[in-house]
Amino acid sequence: MEIRFANRGSTLIASLTGELDHHFSEYARNKLERELFKATTRNVIFDLTGLSFMDSSGIGVLVGRYANIQKLGGKAAIICRNEKIKRILEISGVLKLMPLYEELDHAIKALLIA
Amino acid sequence: MQPINEMKLEFLSKSSNEAFARVAAAAFASQLDPTIEELADIKTAVSEAVTNAIIHGYENKPGIIKMICRLYERSIEIEISDEGKGIEDIEQAMQPLYTSKPDMERSGMGFTVMESFMDKVEVRSKPGEGTTVTLYKAFGALDKPMTGN
Repeated sequence: MEIRFANRGSTLIASLTGELDHHFSEYARNKLERELFKATTRNVIFDLTGLSFMDSSGIGVLVGRYANIQKLGGKAAIICRNEKIKRILEISGVLKLMPLYEELDHAIKALLIA
Repeated sequence: MQPINEMKLEFLSKSSNEAFARVAAAAFASQLDPTIEELADIKTAVSEAVTNAIIHGYENKPGIIKMICRLYERSIEIEISDEGKGIEDIEQAMQPLYTSKPDMERSGMGFTVMESFMDKVEVRSKPGEGTTVTLYKAFGALDKPMTGN
């Protein structure tokens, strides 16, 4: 799996590609964490559109990062179009913490308004 | 009921084998010509069960995980077992959001995901002896509700 980062103002966009399971969860956690604590970051968008697989290990990674984003006064959102991954996000309650969008622009707009 | 085909795998409790196990189960299941959706369900459930065996059964120590897949006319049964620590309270372990390892950022959703993606999940376990999780799924059997997209 791979994670690429981009910035739009104070919003960090973390684009995850490949498969996010327990095997890659530590890698994902460390890589996201390093970027989150940079001073320019306030809000974070997790772009999961490039993930071909995710199980509940991914939930732990996302919720753990969300807790830190919130501590720093930021907000988070998720972009995802994969129905299976959406179902996992839904049943685990992640969508109560972070809103889900299908398009990046919608997520950015929503974080700016909120 | 006699299975029409069967396979058995044994592999080390390494996290790199999570992807191997789910892909192997899906490849074997593909003989029944399931939909891509059904294969994705199997991959997700197998990944959860194997991850549990590695993290909870063997607590990240070396061990052997066994996976037996049985194919029937239109269904599959997947048995995943470890000879690890076992589960004291199965009912509690299967509760959504319950995790014995919150410090490791485990979401406690493994069994809930398995139950959501498969038709039936059975868990047998004895503390100190190990755990066997059996996953069942029928293919294309029922009228699936339209998801609207």
